[in-house]
Amino acid sequence: MTAYAGDVLTLARKDLRLELRARDTVPAMVLFVVATLVVFHFALPAASGDLAAYGLLWVALIFTSLLGLVRGFAAERDQGLLDALVLAPVDRSTIWLAKALAMLAFLALTQAVALPAFALFFADVSWETVAGVALADIGICTVGTLLAAMAAASRTRELLLPLLFLPLAIPIVVGGVGASIVEEPGRYLGFLAVYDAIFAIISWASFEYVVTE
Amino acid sequence: MLAATLLGTAVGLVFFFAPVDADQGISQKIFYIHVPCALTAYACFAWGAWKAYLHLWKRTPGADMESYVAIHQGVIFGALTLLTGSIWAKASWGHWWVWSSRQLVLFLVLFLFYAAYFMLRFSIDPGPARANLSAVYAIFGVALIPVSFLAIRLAEDFVHPVVFKRSGPAMTGSMFLTFCIAWAGILALAAAFYHVELAGKRLDSRVRELRGLLR
Repeated sequence: MTAYAGDVLTLARKDLRLELRARDTVPAMVLFVVATLVVFHFALPAASGDLAAYGLLWVALIFTSLLGLVRGFAAERDQGLLDALVLAPVDRSTIWLAKALAMLAFLALTQAVALPAFALFFADVSWETVAGVALADIGICTVGTLLAAMAAASRTRELLLPLLFLPLAIPIVVGGVGASIVEEPGRYLGFLAVYDAIFAIISWASFEYVVTE
Repeated sequence: MLAATLLGTAVGLVFFFAPVDADQGISQKIFYIHVPCALTAYACFAWGAWKAYLHLWKRTPGADMESYVAIHQGVIFGALTLLTGSIWAKASWGHWWVWSSRQLVLFLVLFLFYAAYFMLRFSIDPGPARANLSAVYAIFGVALIPVSFLAIRLAEDFVHPVVFKRSGPAMTGSMFLTFCIAWAGILALAAAFYHVELAGKRLDSRVRELRGLLR
């Protein structure tokens, strides 16, 4: 188990270091989410109120995470690195877990800007919303990383990922919006946690088949 | 053959045997098509995921093709569910689309999901990679069904007439009998389609193999 954790950390550190040197994903995500919020300001009529803004916050978060996920396996694909990773003497699911952890870090960094920006432009961000975002991030990373690996193996690549991801993201949006707007968000947070657990287990178990033949 | 007999009986029963619904009148008859189509689509998706599981874990030869054909049938019956549900919604509530109908919303989500399944499948060259990725995505599908159902339940209010309650079916005996026969008929139809399509696909792949040998 410690060897497993060590492998995961090594692989995740590789992704974080790549991002630290190239700096192409996180700044793009931050800029995208802020620009989206500005667009939403002009898309929302003045009378539509805070509830609509909370809904749009979740749209912005999902689309921003898509931007990051599309880049997820870009380096591996361009350099032909995925075959080397699969050949490495580690459990294949460590590749998925490391990638998901790196993606979680990217999302957390992006949202550290996005949520204050939302509070500044639109409405207050409650602790329940933050908890919802954190739980949603786990779901986005676990499912999204697996789907990104699938999309990277296909001919259409970037085009395919949103199509694969959005139907699976609908429950996340329901849980997240519910957690942001209702008085008693416990049910919605619990639902997000269940979602995370179910899809993390399936992704963990099936990643091996995505990268091997 | 069985499908034709059962469906013929069902159509007869729907119009001449089952009583007309007191509340909704004649438009309630579409229930005998709509709900069996929905249940059949679920059965097809579950069968597809089961075959996907067999492909991944047991490496059963041919399971990939069977999984694909089952999901293809599922999408066809899913589209029928959306269509009949939409007609029923127009007759009952006056709109072609109602977001408060859970079943319809769930089928819309599933329809999008399985449409993406085809996009995925046809953007990968035939081979083991395509079989594996399709199978993994099919297994995600059966997990998505209950999760989405829960999500829609959490998100939506309650308008769709729910016929099955915990205390048992709220239908008269003759309605329930008609419903069961209609369901059996549509299941048999799906099974017949499944076998026909599978036979066609197998023939196709054998012709391809032979053509490859001749070259």
